[in-house]
Amino acid sequence: MANFFTDNPDLKFHLSHPLMEKIVALKERNFADKDKFDYAPMDFEDAMDSYEKVLEIVGEICGDIVAPNAESVDQEGPKIVNNEVIYAKGTQENLDALVNAGLMGITLPRKYEGLNFPIVPYIMAADIVSRADAGFVNIWGLQDCAETINEFADEEQKAKYLPRISNGETAAMDLTEPDAGSDLQAVQLKATFNEDDGKWYLNGVKRFITNGDGHVSLVLARSEDGTQDGRGLSMFIYDRNEKAVIVRRLENKMGIKGSPTCELVFKNAPAELVGSRKMGLIKYVMALMNGARLGIGAQSIGVCEAAYREGLNYAKERKQFGKSIIEFPAVYEMLSTMKAKLDASRTLLYETSRMVDIYKTYMHISDERKLEPSERKEMKRYQKMADFFTPLLKGMTSEYSNQLAYDSLQIHGGSGFMKDYPIERIYRDARITSIYEGTTQLQVVAAIRGVTTGGYVDRIREYEAMELKPELHGYRRTLIGMTEEYIHAAKTVIDVKDNEYIDFHARRLVEMAGHIVMGYLLLLDTQREESFKTSTEIYINMGKAENYARAEFIHSFSLDDLGAYKHI
Amino acid sequence: MGLKIIVLAKQVPDTRNVGKDAMKADGTVNRAALSAIFNPEDLNALEQALRLKDRYKGSEVTILTMGPGRAADIIREGLYRGADKGYLLTDRAFAGSDTLATSYAISCAIKKIKSFDIIVAGRQAIDGDTAQVGPQVAEKLNLPQITYAEHVNFAENGKISVLRRLERGVETVEAPLPCVITVNASAPDCRPRNAKNLMKYKHAKTVTETQDQSEDYIDLTTDRPYLQIEEWSVNDIETDAKWLGLTGSPTKVKKIENVVFQAKESKRISNNEDELEELIVELIENHTIG
Repeated sequence: MANFFTDNPDLKFHLSHPLMEKIVALKERNFADKDKFDYAPMDFEDAMDSYEKVLEIVGEICGDIVAPNAESVDQEGPKIVNNEVIYAKGTQENLDALVNAGLMGITLPRKYEGLNFPIVPYIMAADIVSRADAGFVNIWGLQDCAETINEFADEEQKAKYLPRISNGETAAMDLTEPDAGSDLQAVQLKATFNEDDGKWYLNGVKRFITNGDGHVSLVLARSEDGTQDGRGLSMFIYDRNEKAVIVRRLENKMGIKGSPTCELVFKNAPAELVGSRKMGLIKYVMALMNGARLGIGAQSIGVCEAAYREGLNYAKERKQFGKSIIEFPAVYEMLSTMKAKLDASRTLLYETSRMVDIYKTYMHISDERKLEPSERKEMKRYQKMADFFTPLLKGMTSEYSNQLAYDSLQIHGGSGFMKDYPIERIYRDARITSIYEGTTQLQVVAAIRGVTTGGYVDRIREYEAMELKPELHGYRRTLIGMTEEYIHAAKTVIDVKDNEYIDFHARRLVEMAGHIVMGYLLLLDTQREESFKTSTEIYINMGKAENYARAEFIHSFSLDDLGAYKHI
Repeated sequence: MGLKIIVLAKQVPDTRNVGKDAMKADGTVNRAALSAIFNPEDLNALEQALRLKDRYKGSEVTILTMGPGRAADIIREGLYRGADKGYLLTDRAFAGSDTLATSYAISCAIKKIKSFDIIVAGRQAIDGDTAQVGPQVAEKLNLPQITYAEHVNFAENGKISVLRRLERGVETVEAPLPCVITVNASAPDCRPRNAKNLMKYKHAKTVTETQDQSEDYIDLTTDRPYLQIEEWSVNDIETDAKWLGLTGSPTKVKKIENVVFQAKESKRISNNEDELEELIVELIENHTIG
């Protein structure tokens, strides 16, 4: 009888951010659908009411079905029968419940039978599903692929595939190969155009493909014979109904065991080209990955939420030395720091989602009509910010999800090491978040541009200028101090004018920016809702000390010191 | 061939989450302290109806509920899950009804709805636990009834086949249509609310609700007639006042007491035929089993 939406008031708080009014108006094109579709909203309030009520359905299914199934799904896992993937019984139950509830194609336009929700409520649903079962959110969350089809495929393809996804078919993104992991430019799966029937055919192997046997797959393949780099790659849609791909193997993983990770063999598999040739990696996969990284952010925060709750419950119940262990400073410090990191991660998640919402919606509007110059400017501004914030979000929150799972397990002591409590599974599930869709190290490679171009500082200055209640000014002063320290550290590194030196310090600098950004976001949340004050205080305390250590390291370092690190 | 299915549903206080203030000093249920929910076994009944609708194209599922104005929530909950329309039977004249008066009022409403193939209800409601209303409705309408249903095998060619869950197993029975079925909690859970249905029907209102000026989107029903939840008072159906409400209710609550189950004595028996037989005889004699 649990409801994972209504039992967590923070979700409704983030859903009701002031910027939602703009996002909803853009997404609904001023509510033009209301006379065409019986489920379209009448106005802003009606739309928000719908998001909330639909998230209540998500919360109910997650509390009553997905979370109770998580343990058996983890034990049973998927299997291959006759070259096809059969999900664990609980996974299938979860999926059936969400499909019957109409919770697929959440962001797709109504003409493709979607719900036409903005990214914010969709990501919130992912946040909730992930708390219930971080492995399951992968399968459900791959509906993201439909966004990429909606963005780049032609009308015929959209009309063919999108309603299928809205009605419950699952998707997959087939990118990785044995020799092309982080470096996708090395993809070798071959796409050949047959002049006789005018169709493309795929041959080769893909590896580590989540839900690889999904109904609709986006496949990155080499369409240009003789090329070796990313410019020879195109994106294709493969339809499982073609039955030309064999699932050769399922990986035996450490965590997210309910999510099938497949090795696929394409044997002359017919496929449809998406968009233009040669744009596969440089344009479409980049868009796909940005969406997926936001999804991993949501997954990480769901894991943080689950880990925090398990730790908190255990610390209250477990008695040692005649009292609950939560009363000991060593334990309550861990828990309040976990809560601060959870709140910081979640506010960054929704801030980033709002940015993506605005620029993506403008992008879709620009297909319908010419944007006003001011709109175009706004789109560019949000897109730029989203490009800086997405890797920051994915990098930092996935690391936090690991930290929270670690600390929560630590609070459980010996019991946490046993299979008896959910934290053991959560700990294993968390581990992948900082690896797939680009490791933390690769997120830093993308995020460092936000440091070197001043992108983070620009946004931080905007936060700094926002109105605050007098009692919150002290926190802002601390954050201003941290900003000066960060600018100085970044300048020190950049002034060396050596790329390897920047790469070496990149993670330190990105994390410094992250602490300031999340500190401000928490502070602005506190302006709207008093209950975030504790987390704001704890997070800024932590961020200040962490940034000081990083600045200290940078300032007492020189280019010559790199040598010692290379000497391995 | 589509079926016309009526689901009898009741809004009940959530007795599964009873706190210390669940009962008033006079022994009656403190409804204000308990949230109002869709009676759980009525949800099992709704699921059976929806499965029939999925299977027999062109079928129509109608929710019928009796209760105060807020019981319209039950109808909306049904619409979100896939029902097509609903009737709310609401009037002061129905207040204080026991099972007999309730089944009388409901059967009168069904007579007015007139056209139906199957009436499905939950076995019993969690507030009264009587399991009487479904069977009484069947008797009053002079229809065959199948109780303890767990699964409908088919409903076609004027016949229905149902799997019943009994104490010591299951049995499959057939009945001619139309008929009444009451469904057990052991039947499949009801499907979740559907997002599109929810958004489509969330502004569905009874006439009384649309008269409340604080309600939003009250004009919508003009363009969208499916948003009108039928609301029937005692004047809308044909009844005899003497069978209604308190007057029509022979059940009088004399006293309510708290019962705490506890063992008074314990008895150890050995593992041999004689003593086991003795125990069985004793349990049969004191009606614990049998």
